[in-house]
Amino acid sequence: MTKKLEISAGQVPEIGPDQFALLEKLTNAIAVSGDEHEVRQIVLEEVKLLADDVQVDALGNVLVTKFGRGEGRVRVMLASHMDEIGLMIVQKNDDGQFEFERVGGIDERQLPGKAVLVGREHLPGVIGAKPIHMTTTSEREQKIEVSSLRIDLGPEIGDQVKPGDWATFATRFGILGPSIRAKALDDRLGVATLIELLKHAPENIDLLLAFTVQEEVGLRGARVAAYRFDPDMAIAVDSTPANDLPNWDSEVENARYNTKLDGGPAIYVMDGATIGDQRLVNLLTGVGDANAIPYQIRQPGSGGTDAGMIHQVRAGVPSVSVSVPSRYIHFAAGIARIDDWANTLKLLHTALSQVTPELLAVERRA
Amino acid sequence: MNDFLPFLKKMISAPGLSGFEGPVRKIIQEAWEPLTDELSVSKIGSLHGLKKGQGPEPRKRVLISTHMDAIGMMVTGIEEGLMRITQIGGIDHRILPGQSVIVHGREELPGQVVQPPAHLLPESAGSGPVKMDYLLVDVGLRPAEVVEKVRVGDLVSYAQEPLELTGEALAGHTLDNRASVAAATICLGELQNRLHDWDVWAVASVQEEETLGGAQTSPFEIRPDIAIVVDVCFAKGPGASDWRNLPFGGGVGLGWGPNIHPALYKAFEEKAKALEIPYNRDLMPKMSGTDAMAVQVVAEGIPTAVLGIPLRYMHTPVEMVSMKDVRRVGRLMAEFIADLKPDAMDKINWEE
Amino acid sequence: MKSLIQKLVETPGPSGFEYKIRDTVREAIGDSADEIRVDALGNLIAIKGKKAAGGKRVMVSAHIDEIGLMVTHVEKDGFLRVTNVGGVNPLTCIGGRVLFMNGTRGVIGVSGVKAGSLPKITDLFVDVGAVSREDCPVKVGDVCGFERPFLDLGKRLVAKSMDDRIAAAVAIEALKRLESTPNEVHFVFSTQEEVGIRGATTAAYGVDPEVGFAVDVTLSGDTPDAMPRMETALGNGPAIKVRDASFIADPRLVDWMVRQAEAAGIPYQMEVLTAGGTDGRAIQLTRAGVPAGCVSIVCRYIHSPSEMVDADDVENSVRLLVKLLSEPIELD
Repeated sequence: MTKKLEISAGQVPEIGPDQFALLEKLTNAIAVSGDEHEVRQIVLEEVKLLADDVQVDALGNVLVTKFGRGEGRVRVMLASHMDEIGLMIVQKNDDGQFEFERVGGIDERQLPGKAVLVGREHLPGVIGAKPIHMTTTSEREQKIEVSSLRIDLGPEIGDQVKPGDWATFATRFGILGPSIRAKALDDRLGVATLIELLKHAPENIDLLLAFTVQEEVGLRGARVAAYRFDPDMAIAVDSTPANDLPNWDSEVENARYNTKLDGGPAIYVMDGATIGDQRLVNLLTGVGDANAIPYQIRQPGSGGTDAGMIHQVRAGVPSVSVSVPSRYIHFAAGIARIDDWANTLKLLHTALSQVTPELLAVERRA
Repeated sequence: MNDFLPFLKKMISAPGLSGFEGPVRKIIQEAWEPLTDELSVSKIGSLHGLKKGQGPEPRKRVLISTHMDAIGMMVTGIEEGLMRITQIGGIDHRILPGQSVIVHGREELPGQVVQPPAHLLPESAGSGPVKMDYLLVDVGLRPAEVVEKVRVGDLVSYAQEPLELTGEALAGHTLDNRASVAAATICLGELQNRLHDWDVWAVASVQEEETLGGAQTSPFEIRPDIAIVVDVCFAKGPGASDWRNLPFGGGVGLGWGPNIHPALYKAFEEKAKALEIPYNRDLMPKMSGTDAMAVQVVAEGIPTAVLGIPLRYMHTPVEMVSMKDVRRVGRLMAEFIADLKPDAMDKINWEE
Repeated sequence: MKSLIQKLVETPGPSGFEYKIRDTVREAIGDSADEIRVDALGNLIAIKGKKAAGGKRVMVSAHIDEIGLMVTHVEKDGFLRVTNVGGVNPLTCIGGRVLFMNGTRGVIGVSGVKAGSLPKITDLFVDVGAVSREDCPVKVGDVCGFERPFLDLGKRLVAKSMDDRIAAAVAIEALKRLESTPNEVHFVFSTQEEVGIRGATTAAYGVDPEVGFAVDVTLSGDTPDAMPRMETALGNGPAIKVRDASFIADPRLVDWMVRQAEAAGIPYQMEVLTAGGTDGRAIQLTRAGVPAGCVSIVCRYIHSPSEMVDADDVENSVRLLVKLLSEPIELD
């Protein structure tokens, strides 16, 4: 271990080459819900010299504690999920062909013609499609069903892959001008954010970081993590779709964008799983306003983050979510703005630095 | 318990619908009484049997969770002596017309599910399969007597008697999941003659088919170090031949997926190989559809394994299992538990 | 009691934004409770009685949140696009009025519905009289309740949010009339029921009851062509729940409730509801499990702006609840 530690409590973390390197490592890793091993190893390596306590629990969550200093410290839980949507091999057929199922919400129209990586060894494979020459016009108007698709690993794959192995898109991390392009930005952006916050942990609070498992299949890791931490408040740090594309009818305004790129961190008032605690919503928007950190309100609607479980644990945990907006979430490659990520870090760090017991001493007003 | 067949047949001849497990709990209680050191009933009706280990205290705890509740029906209304019904758990309404049932009113009333003629139903409802909303139960009594003996909320259960088929196949209703209760009982029986360090908590849980209520609450009380959920899984049969279906009579289904701790999967796999007990990997890419969904996320989380008994025709009155598979699951569990050393948790980790 | 009901149903409080209705309930309880507290999710918990011989710690839960709408987008000409808070039927919204928590009022319009199809929530818009995005007095994330005055038809009472303010009224009245009890009764006025029984989940964990009752409304089967077909009807007394889609009431408790109602000569009806859920689920499944039941008030037109209950049912529900809470609860 020769890596120099840059611990700078109190300072606002910034995005630079080290942060990109971390995000690259995280997004190129494979960690489909239920098999978060690879990201867990990266996280454990990153946090081990920074944390006061590190635990891996029964579900595989990584639970990191960093104590603050002084009296009256609020126990603040931050949660980001390590898992990503992906595929599971379910049946071996002849000639290196494998049937597979989706894990988490993947649009089946995203699958044909993609390269994938399978298993811990990242074995390359492809999901092909029937030659267009052999399809009929009416066939091309139908979705290609997942049950008819195969992952092809080549005829001599042998026993290197077996049913139960996980797979995901083979997309590599890249920087496109002001943007990041990668798979699994949902939620490796959050994971990277938590690691950066740990490096710059505010000393006024006890920082409880949950790197959670199984978010994409039902917010399952967060539930047991919150039970164990028993925090005073919680923030889920996630990534949420930016559907800020033009409406086909150019006369009509896109009123359903969820979030917009360059709009800054997305603060949640309500999604399908949580109604944000207004004390925390106000803290975040107030910090944004006072420090000229851009932010946006994520459009209220469906969807959910780890906060959906956390706020209902034990006798209740005041909770809110903050997301880095990203286009094409749950697709082979997402696109997020570097500035939005930087401002998310800044907003969270500044807000956490201002958390005091008085914040929660007032009755929940919403 | 050398011959568990009478016990299993007795269980699948009893009702015990989700939320109303009393009748079957009594049968299980009698069977577990001589096999356990302590028996208790949870606040919502799950049966907890403790067989103490011989290791030094404090002892680790292994939970065996098998749900004992059954799917069935409930009376929603009474019209002219005929009863309207809704389901408890998931029933395909297409298998109901003509089924023999028992209505559990002020007394047990044998009867049958009837499908009214199409011309007595709304136009859209009569031609295809008739939905449960339109099906009726007839117990052969006159309206005045029915009103006296039946009220809204009374239960209706399948009346199918157990059938022993060739090749050690057993058919009947509610083999989901009483076959697993039998397997847990076999396990407790085998452990009578074995030393085991860990405490064994056998739970016959309630409400799996509705709320997973037993699986959510009993582990909270027991706080096991690991859990083994036993449930039936899909066996290959007519219309069920893809990767989700395991060979009938082909051995234990070993669950694999997010609900299952991989170290426990591995331990069971190794044990099955060593004992030459046939098994198949039962893939559960998302949720397992078993008590494990709830057990795994109780409190701070519990490492969980899922063992399956391949079963045909799930949720019909003629479910079918192979007794061979029931015995295999019981034996595999007993061997696994007997081998749990006081420090076994050191290996149940995520250092893969 | 009618004035209490009116005050409760006319106070806005969509799920997650219950602070006004909580204040209304707190004021109505006054000094009738031994202790009052508010938990992390905003549940108001009023405790009455001390555990005596044969007594239990009992949770009674009536939810104070209501369905509503939340702003998702402000268009450039000042129209508001909205999403639902809880189970809102777009059909019953059109032409209705809303009241935002900041006092702004508006009307609901609809756009883009093709002939022969039903409106979706995304087809609705709210007009608060603004002419541009800039002069609009509400913003993305602001929430509103439906606005409709209380209507007293004598035997029948009509209002928006009878679900579940009528139960809150019943619980408040029962709390006041409860003179002596061997039980320590925790009256929970719960939040966020309409979005997934969330408030009662944390309240039940915090209260850690030995027995629990939800008080909620249930569907009525006595309107023309009611589907699903139910035996429940207005005026036949409080309904004792056997099951709904979220939980199965503890059969021991159901039997005991029936016996108590018969002993006190209170009319009752049995309820099997194939849709919907109540706080009873949260109580039953908390910690190591809790025997739970539910007293239901039969209600027509649930989740419309004109929900109707029967005044005698309301009174009998109070009587039943007082009876249930006044004595030791026998489960075997």
